[in-house]
Amino acid sequence: MFELETASQTDNLRRVAIDPVSRVEGHGKVTLLLDDHNQVQQVRLHIVEFRGFEKFIQGRPYWEVPVMVQRLCGICPVSHHLAASKALDLVVGAVSITPTAEKMRRLMHYGQMLQSHALHFFHLSSPDLLFGFDSDVGQRNIVGVAAAHPEVAKQGILLRKFGQEVIRVTSGKRIHGTGAVPGGVNKALDPADRAMLLQDVEQMIVWSRDAVHLTKRLHTSNPALYDQFGLFRSNLFSLVRADGALDFYHGHLRLRDGDGKVLLDGVDYQNYHHLLTEEVKSWSYMKFPYVTAMGREQGWYKVGPLARVQNCDFIPSPLAEIERREFMDHGQGGLVHAPLAYHWARMIEMLHAAEVIKELLADDDLLGDDLMSCGDRRREGVGVIEAPRGTLIHHYQVDEDDLVTMANLIVSTTHNNQAMNEAVRQVARQYLNGREITEGLLNHIEVAIRAFDPCLSCATHALGQMPLTVELLDGSGRLLDRRVKG
Amino acid sequence: MSDTKKFLLDGKPVVFQDGQTILEAARQAGHYIPHLCWHPDFPAHGSCKLCIVKVGGRHVSSCAMPAKEGMEVESNTPEMNGERRALLQMLFVEGNHFCPSCEKSGNCQLQALAYDLEMLSAHFNHFYPNRPVDASHPDVLLDFNRCIFCELCVRASRDIDGKNIFALTDRGIHKHLVVNAESGRLADTDFAASDRAANICPVGVILHKRQGFARPIGERDYDAKPISVVAMEEVEK
Ligand code: SF4
Ligand code: FES
Repeated sequence: MFELETASQTDNLRRVAIDPVSRVEGHGKVTLLLDDHNQVQQVRLHIVEFRGFEKFIQGRPYWEVPVMVQRLCGICPVSHHLAASKALDLVVGAVSITPTAEKMRRLMHYGQMLQSHALHFFHLSSPDLLFGFDSDVGQRNIVGVAAAHPEVAKQGILLRKFGQEVIRVTSGKRIHGTGAVPGGVNKALDPADRAMLLQDVEQMIVWSRDAVHLTKRLHTSNPALYDQFGLFRSNLFSLVRADGALDFYHGHLRLRDGDGKVLLDGVDYQNYHHLLTEEVKSWSYMKFPYVTAMGREQGWYKVGPLARVQNCDFIPSPLAEIERREFMDHGQGGLVHAPLAYHWARMIEMLHAAEVIKELLADDDLLGDDLMSCGDRRREGVGVIEAPRGTLIHHYQVDEDDLVTMANLIVSTTHNNQAMNEAVRQVARQYLNGREITEGLLNHIEVAIRAFDPCLSCATHALGQMPLTVELLDGSGRLLDRRVKG
Repeated sequence: MSDTKKFLLDGKPVVFQDGQTILEAARQAGHYIPHLCWHPDFPAHGSCKLCIVKVGGRHVSSCAMPAKEGMEVESNTPEMNGERRALLQMLFVEGNHFCPSCEKSGNCQLQALAYDLEMLSAHFNHFYPNRPVDASHPDVLLDFNRCIFCELCVRASRDIDGKNIFALTDRGIHKHLVVNAESGRLADTDFAASDRAANICPVGVILHKRQGFARPIGERDYDAKPISVVAMEEVEK
């Protein structure tokens, strides 16, 4: 073994070098502090997020950035690709892009939503939900699902594959393609690819709707668990289209409070840095963003499917809109805040993505040849997109030699940092009994995190295995118990 | 005719004319021998050693070695390809080659050879040299991180463009490419994007600005066919 090749423990390490084969690191640690009566006094979810990327981008030519940033996430590289492209559109002066370019990007993005949501639900979460959080670990994976519920597993796998195909035909590759470039796209849709996708899209809509119904059944058949598990209230934050519709690709920012009242609307995301503050806490590498004007206690929020589906005024596709209304009814006049409802909302979004893909495929603009726009160069641009797990902000400054001088990224995991901490705290209150950490408890914590974000697992290639450490400390900070998973 | 001269390349007869190197004769006969620093428009340079072959038990650079009657040359053998792989691995660790975000990906000869010769990992420790980019020129970017010191740009600028803009300096692991200007900046030379030197780099050092990724993946030089096939198609053209 080479010296320094493998660190003996990685809790406090931050990556500064990137080699061609490894993905971005990320893992989570939960520390629990107990008092003398074994009551939980402190719970912290520490996520080691890779922030070196912003440094890495500095000094690089701007046109490399949309390709480079895809390495930030193994599950949703397209989101970074498009958020960076949107920011750099402004740098090359493409204040608006051509219809072909916008629709190609949308198609790519909705394909990404579909594949990521399918992966998140079927591969990573359905085992917990179908078998129970305490079920046999050996069964609690997609292989177990395939044995017990072959149809569900098959549909999940094929939905994901369809999404990946959409990405491939729009970006050139299933992962890490190059379709979007600052100012537009580098290719239009091939008619043969369109025909191929059109053959299957109807089936995808049917299966997505089945998946919505599956998640709905899980909720209504066990409300004591699904409505209460990890429950906390918060504001909701997302992009919405100018008319208030759900939109994953473009819009303005909206903030709604936990009762459903819209607090901020129509905010141009170019000004996000006036809106948000990213708080640094001594115990966490990942920052905690909040709405500056509301302060850190009141101004935090959740992002992602549960926020989006309730923050928009309507979903602009018929089947998903029907499902959204049923979902809202579940809140009986209030908002649904239960973390496990993320999955239900996620499946509604997957259905919407499938419907939008079908609509886009019928649009001849996708076959056009007007791919690029440009205009007066600018020194700065912000691009925001709704990524599968929530709002994603990319912000760059570029000098006159075309090199990036400043990059700031706020990823969905960061937006949800406070929210995930809250969910984990609730679960600890609800389920932690005594000092012994069982695999079951550990998995309860994972289930809560996974409702928001499966990405702690993608970072280490171990799909379905969250590289999570849970530590139990006594009142004086002494380590009582420790469990490592993944 | 009895006076045609031949040698054997991996057991197959190859006809050659006097003065041809092994690599040139092999190419003419439709056989690919890997190469990086060799270019049909320039004399052999003999620096990268990718074209290494075995002749009578000795390792020689086929781009520089004249063909001789009756010679037995081994090229496409596990041994020779193993040597080439090791050379490639050294080239990869000497520079900063981050293929996933390099705009030359798919058009890069170094990457294409690594694929063709099944180089699966870098194997050696990375040097991570510190080589800042030169973005001063309005139309061309120099990303020194990827230089493999083939000197094709040096030769093209000097011998074809008549400008002598590039040079290699220092030795060993400190070797690097420099711009012949007092400031060291490309902007302070008369370099132009239409120069031959601006269009010859086999890897991703000399790049036309603001065009990165304009050519989609799937349509790049080595996306559909390996370099061993593409290089031979170029001969036919
Ligand atoms: S810049 Fe390119 S052409 Fe010039 S020496 Fe380096 S690798 Fe060869
Ligand atoms: S090609 Fe012969 S030494 Fe480089």
